[in-house]
Amino acid sequence: MSIPSNFGFGEEEQTLRDAARKFLAEQLPTDRLHRLVAGHQAGSPRWDPALWEQMAALGWTGVGVPERCGGVGMPFVAAVALAEEAGRAALPSPLIGTLQSSALLAACGNAEADAVLTQIASGKAVAPGITGPRGGWRGQDCALEVQGGCLSGTAHWVQDAAKADVFLLKARGSAGTGLYAVQADAPGLSLQPDAIVDLSRDQARLSLASVPAVELAAPGTADSVIAAAEPALFTLVSADLCGAAEWLLQTTVEYARVRQQFDRQIGFFQAVKHPLVDVMIAIDSARSHLYNAASAVDHDPAVSLRAAHMAKSAAAEAARFGASRAVQFHGGIGFTWECYVQVYFKRQLHNEALYGDAAWHRARLAEMLLGPVGA
Amino acid sequence: MSDSARKDSPEQSAFREHCRSWIAANLPPPSPVRLPQSALEIMTREQLDYLCAWQKAAYDAGLVGCDYPVDCGGGGRTDCQRVANEEMQRSAAPYFPNIIGLGMAAPTVFYHGSDALKRQVLPALLSGEEIWCQGFSEPGAGSDLASVQTFAERRGDRWVINGHKVWTSLAHFASWMILLARTDKSSKYDGLSYFVVPIRAALGKGVTVRPLIKMTGETGFNEVIFEDLEIDDALRLDEVGKGWTVAMTTLAHERGAGILVTPQSGGSRRGDGDAGLVSALVELARQSWRNGQCAADDPVIRDRLAQLLVREEGFRLNLKRARVAGLTDHPMRLMLQYKLLMSEVAQEAGRLGMDIAGNAGSLYVSDPAAPQAGRWPLAYMNSFGFTIAAGTSEVQRNILGERVLGLAKTK
Ligand SMILES: Cc1cc2nc3c(=O)[nH]c(=O)nc-3n(C[C@H](O)[C@H](O)[C@H](O)COP(=O)(O)OP(=O)(O)OC[C@H]3O[C@@H](n4cnc5c(N)ncnc54)[C@H](O)[C@@H]3O)c2cc1C
Repeated sequence: MSIPSNFGFGEEEQTLRDAARKFLAEQLPTDRLHRLVAGHQAGSPRWDPALWEQMAALGWTGVGVPERCGGVGMPFVAAVALAEEAGRAALPSPLIGTLQSSALLAACGNAEADAVLTQIASGKAVAPGITGPRGGWRGQDCALEVQGGCLSGTAHWVQDAAKADVFLLKARGSAGTGLYAVQADAPGLSLQPDAIVDLSRDQARLSLASVPAVELAAPGTADSVIAAAEPALFTLVSADLCGAAEWLLQTTVEYARVRQQFDRQIGFFQAVKHPLVDVMIAIDSARSHLYNAASAVDHDPAVSLRAAHMAKSAAAEAARFGASRAVQFHGGIGFTWECYVQVYFKRQLHNEALYGDAAWHRARLAEMLLGPVGA
Repeated sequence: MSDSARKDSPEQSAFREHCRSWIAANLPPPSPVRLPQSALEIMTREQLDYLCAWQKAAYDAGLVGCDYPVDCGGGGRTDCQRVANEEMQRSAAPYFPNIIGLGMAAPTVFYHGSDALKRQVLPALLSGEEIWCQGFSEPGAGSDLASVQTFAERRGDRWVINGHKVWTSLAHFASWMILLARTDKSSKYDGLSYFVVPIRAALGKGVTVRPLIKMTGETGFNEVIFEDLEIDDALRLDEVGKGWTVAMTTLAHERGAGILVTPQSGGSRRGDGDAGLVSALVELARQSWRNGQCAADDPVIRDRLAQLLVREEGFRLNLKRARVAGLTDHPMRLMLQYKLLMSEVAQEAGRLGMDIAGNAGSLYVSDPAAPQAGRWPLAYMNSFGFTIAAGTSEVQRNILGERVLGLAKTK
């Protein structure tokens, strides 16, 4: 198997991407986004469930769900294209988590997982909760236990938890860790929101007291299922980062073309111009890696983990650099709550750390190149 | 079948077959003398002779100048140079010595020269029998190329040239020079004209070529002094005063953004292609000790190797993505990054090679104990040639910022 020369972005994938971009630009222009997530009404939900329903009706949730489960059954690059547009719009929604869940469920490969995939295809939001209190998603880093088909303990760092209908949780039994589906409204489950810097999403800790769960991966098999889904998990976060990074670049370039100081557009000054070019270069490398990694998931699974490590490290670096330059080059206005840049800046901060930061992914690449330290 | 082979026209696929079988049967034996890292550093006649023999053989077999018309010494084919390049770069063939001729002079003469001039100079250029050099830069005119002062004064149908060119690569072997000269002092851009000058024939008779020694200790570029050199008006390209426009054709081809595909050979010879650079560094890291520790275990070295891998593969993937219309925003956005990225990745690779080798990193080419024959300090130093020549990295960033991002122009 090998990666096609167009990275698998055929006509259908591009049409979907263009439609998504147009839809989000119309439905969630940045001023509306800012009012939604940065408005001053206390207790407002900071997302638009009606918009989410429209996206589900357009089939976005089921893009990667196989047809046998009622989904659209498009290749993974289509899901990545949607995630990139979600990033470009800084979309507050459970979309990324739902797309990630589809990858995890596909890796489970059984009737129970198919049932959850069917729910996704019908528009339900599923949030994965597989990262343990210490920030690892493999091995024993897990504060949930399973006993007699019920889960007890805590799930940490659950993204867009308040928006989810179903959780996909990792829990430890006597034979090791397994994966379980839990309904968000199940009795015994409660949600403690984290006060995160990112305004465009929510994150929570879940407390579970004997909550009934459906087993998706038996104890002892969670790691192998997660490992199979890892390239998709990393790549979807990278897509979000790349989309948001491009928005920050274009917005800052636009500002550098209109803002005048010393009788010149500030983009004239090379202390502004050259870093903006470097941001573009970083984004372009990240995007090339992104499409390559997405396509590898579809066409060349043997290289997909390596490609995904490259994609996430490149995207996280581009995001960090681009977001910092965006605030800096907006000057005082860039430091305000009113400026739209802050919304994206914070989304990037949050996304950078999800599923491993740039340095962590490079450490994995170094192991692939050189073996473990001391080898 | 490779991706590119799948899209071949009938002419191209027959030609590809020809290239493959010819190359397989005619690869030259390894050079008896050590070759420099690129044609810009050719120092000795022995190096030049070996490389010229290869260019001539490839030319005679129809692999060089394929897309030029037959009466210009070309192959008269359509879009076949790309095919020959792919096959030559896949092989372990050496590179061509006449790179300025092939990459810059030939397309410029082709687009701006008279028919007679094309027929006169292009055949021996393509075959490599006559080497070309580029007389653009001067002591006072580098990045601001249009400020050149070398003056050509008209006398009837002759021109008399006086001036001083510097950093002229390959001038010590060159028969011809492409020359950007001033013909009118009252106008910066419109006061320039463009000539081809037979410098070898005029050595000691109005032309002096003095080698300059590079920081690597190698020669390869020169200064060239013109003192009352007379040339015929038939050697002018395009109209008087149109030199800047002609120079843009040269620069576009120099930076890989020209219309005509430059004949290119070599590439996989030292394993420098694609992942080759990173693999060579991985190999080096496994064998090297620095600060009393194996370099492969040093966390900073590990991180930098991974960073280089990501950059290098990102660069390669950019080239692939640039061909997918739906995945690029601005048509020139990726291609205009090419020269900048290539030179800066090479710079970091050279630097990293030295750092990996620790104390042994500064053992140079003449030291038998130098890791990988002193390749890394040499590559690191030579990389500055690429970040400076053909538009410095700073000038490249100006171009990207202005043409792609639309930021206000520096000038
Ligand atoms: C190995 C090598 C081979 C060469 N071969 C040839 C050849 O064959 N023929 C030929 O004609 N020339 C050749 N050159 C010359 C080369 O094209 C020039 O060196 C180059 O254009 C830079 O000009 P300069 O050296 O005068 O530096 P300058 O233009 O003086 O630049 C000095 C510094 O100032 C910076 N700078 C200048 N202008 C700007 C600006 N507008 N914005 C930001 N920074 C700026 C530059 O980036 C650089 O860092 C060669 C150079 C090298 C190194």
